Amino acid sequence: MLGYLIRRLLYAVPTALGVTLVSFLLVYVAPGDPLNAIAPADAPADVIESLKATYGLDRPMPVRYGLWLARALHGDLGVSIASGRAVSGEVFGAVGNTLILAAAATIAGVTFGCVLGAFAGYRAGSLLDRLASAVSVVGVSVPHYWLGLVLTIVFSVRLGWLPAMGAGPGGSGEWQWNMEHLRYLLLPAATLCVIPMGIITRTVRALVAETLQQEFVIALRARGLASSAVFRHVARNAAPTVLAVSGLQIGYLMGGSILVETVFAWPGTGFLLNTAIFQRDIPLLQGTLLVLCLFFVVLNLAVDMLQPLLDPRMGRA
Amino acid sequence: MRCTLTTMWKGGLAACFLAFAGVAMGESTVRYGISMADIPLTTGQPDRGAGAYQFTGHTIYDPLIAWEANVGTRPGKLIPGLATEWKVDPKDNKVWRFVLRKGVKFHDGSDFKADAVVWNLDKVLNDKSPQFDAKQAAQVKPRIPSVGSYRKIDDYTVEITTKDIDALFPYQLPWFLIGSPAQWDKLGRDWAKVATQPSGTGPFRLDKLVPRERADLVKNPAYWDKTRIAKTDRIVLIPIPDAVTRANALLTGQVDLIETPPPDVLPQLKASGFRIVQNVTPHVWPYHFSTQPGSPWTDIRVRKAANLAIDRDSIVKLLGGQAVAAKGQLDPSSPWFGHPAFELKYDLPAARALMAQAGYSKANPLKAKIIIAQGGTGQMLSLPMNEYIQQSLAEINIQLEFQVVELETLYLHWRAGAKADMNAGKGITAINLGYVTADPFYALTRFAYGRYVAPNGVNWGGYADPVVDKDIDQIRASFDTKLQDKLLADVHQHMVDDALMLWVVHDTQPHALSPKVKQFVQAQHWFQDLTTIGM
Repeated sequence: MLGYLIRRLLYAVPTALGVTLVSFLLVYVAPGDPLNAIAPADAPADVIESLKATYGLDRPMPVRYGLWLARALHGDLGVSIASGRAVSGEVFGAVGNTLILAAAATIAGVTFGCVLGAFAGYRAGSLLDRLASAVSVVGVSVPHYWLGLVLTIVFSVRLGWLPAMGAGPGGSGEWQWNMEHLRYLLLPAATLCVIPMGIITRTVRALVAETLQQEFVIALRARGLASSAVFRHVARNAAPTVLAVSGLQIGYLMGGSILVETVFAWPGTGFLLNTAIFQRDIPLLQGTLLVLCLFFVVLNLAVDMLQPLLDPRMGRA
Repeated sequence: MRCTLTTMWKGGLAACFLAFAGVAMGESTVRYGISMADIPLTTGQPDRGAGAYQFTGHTIYDPLIAWEANVGTRPGKLIPGLATEWKVDPKDNKVWRFVLRKGVKFHDGSDFKADAVVWNLDKVLNDKSPQFDAKQAAQVKPRIPSVGSYRKIDDYTVEITTKDIDALFPYQLPWFLIGSPAQWDKLGRDWAKVATQPSGTGPFRLDKLVPRERADLVKNPAYWDKTRIAKTDRIVLIPIPDAVTRANALLTGQVDLIETPPPDVLPQLKASGFRIVQNVTPHVWPYHFSTQPGSPWTDIRVRKAANLAIDRDSIVKLLGGQAVAAKGQLDPSSPWFGHPAFELKYDLPAARALMAQAGYSKANPLKAKIIIAQGGTGQMLSLPMNEYIQQSLAEINIQLEFQVVELETLYLHWRAGAKADMNAGKGITAINLGYVTADPFYALTRFAYGRYVAPNGVNWGGYADPVVDKDIDQIRASFDTKLQDKLLADVHQHMVDDALMLWVVHDTQPHALSPKVKQFVQAQHWFQDLTTIGM
């Protein structure tokens, strides 16, 4: 197990390097000038050249990448070209906000997905099964942006029950886990959870339905085991796959919530990435992607570590 | 005992009254949903364009020469700011002398004097100075291109020498803001710290800054201009870049005021009791033609035909009334509009006749490629508007092909000029970019002067008319403002009569106000005076 852990950690290094290299290259391949983040549109050539020298953008690309990497290895992610603030502060602040949102969406998505999927799997072919399938298809198909706006119009504008935007009455820096703040979390989390809920519903439904057809379940029932006990066996068989899928969904939620964070003005990594991309703010973009990549790697590692606990056969393999 | 009880009763009543009075006299707060993705820079020179100056520029800081932004019924003008007067040296027209305002203090308590002016000029122009900040320099250096050298004469007099004789130089100074050198020193000479604790002389102080979430501006009751003491104790700026989210925040009462509501939400806002305020704004949405050899737009008949083929009133309707049909580069209310002979109107028969004269027909249409942005600041509803123009011009046998790019990429094409390989080499013969037209340079001379043909400036299309160049040379050398205005009007007339661009609409910078906001004066400028906002 220790050897497995060390191997997986070592694999993370080239993965992270690859992500930073690809994102670095992509920014330069995309048309647009990184200096647009700080120079007005009509800045004359001498100002542009002076800025290039100030921010090291006149150096060859490999040199720039190498310098950035050397600093990153020492924990210095540089300074945002657009804001002048340290990238690490920007990124970790945003990551914290997105973690709150992603955690809430994951809990909701996994819970509802598992419950719906389990019911559907147990009642395969029934009306309940078809309803659950419909809900999951709608969940993965509906556009986030549209759903977020519709929920806002209904629950905020028309009913006045929930706020339309923001991360708390005083902003994210004053976040507290109380009802007053959780009201701000409800709509964005509900919007964000529909895709993971849809995917997990379908996964659980398929796994449960398949497991119930297996001979050992028939044998357990034949021995007179109660339904709840049979359910525990079915759940244990389905759990590793559900865990793997859920882990992927958390990773997706951490980096893929640009639209939801924009609709709800939630100051998370999606919002930050969106800004960095449009402004070609290379240090901010690379720093954010590196942190998200490392988070993804650690998350997957955690999932891989937990799976053998649920299914000892995986540990022996 | 009785006396004591009575006293206690009276005391209790008094306490209740005082408590109530305290509530009644509580701080007034306006929450302002702004369209930017982040709070603009607070260190002295805001980023994010001209529209950012109203938020973290002219609130916290003052310029030497200000723009009158607290009137809405007419265009404003240059007025004394931290300089009470300014004069050009009659012996050497490149030398300007500024008399500074006495008795002004920065928010940190230090005195405003000539040293602060020189320090701030070094901050953005002298890269050898310890306070030089590349970011602030990048923002303001293009806006004060005439500054050559500067020096302190005495504690309340500063002299600035321009590179060339430039009578329009005062128009550059509202962009240049004065921050406190003492505060920078006190905060360890760290601009990142100054960003969270800035010190200017302005009508507001920054009380709180949460990047990308809020900035709290509180009233400066000791502000030197007693006619501009803020009517609101606290203004909270909240970045909400998505227009629909902004409107929803207003409808739910999370904010009290927003800028640029989406057009299709306007009826709902009005029906719900919100007030829509808009005004003539120095902005124009045009196609800027290339007049380089090989461009189909070199023929003036074609340029005029294009201008006559657009039903601008329909575009205004498309924008929910949040625009004004263009009659030229400037709004007719501008003192520099003049009397162009060519009238921009919707006249399809005249447009078709001009195209026929130019040799185009259904069998032989004019084909042109235009580079446009998918959206972004100043671009309004870019894609629907461009599609409308494409359909309109098709009716007069002009077939447009669009190259759609991000706004950041469009700027590269703009800076390069029509002749550059990235434009002419790719068949691009016009560019669609919203222009700020706030002052003579921004509105007129930068587009019409032969010396400013890209890449030496943003005369993108390469327009060069010796008569216009002569006018502009005279404007720059003339310190008689009446003559300046007349010559500027001549330049504008030439631009319109030459149909230099296809002018479509002017933005009106709409704002939606909650019924709680009783007062707001919207100036005819991108600079706005937030001291006029009142509950």
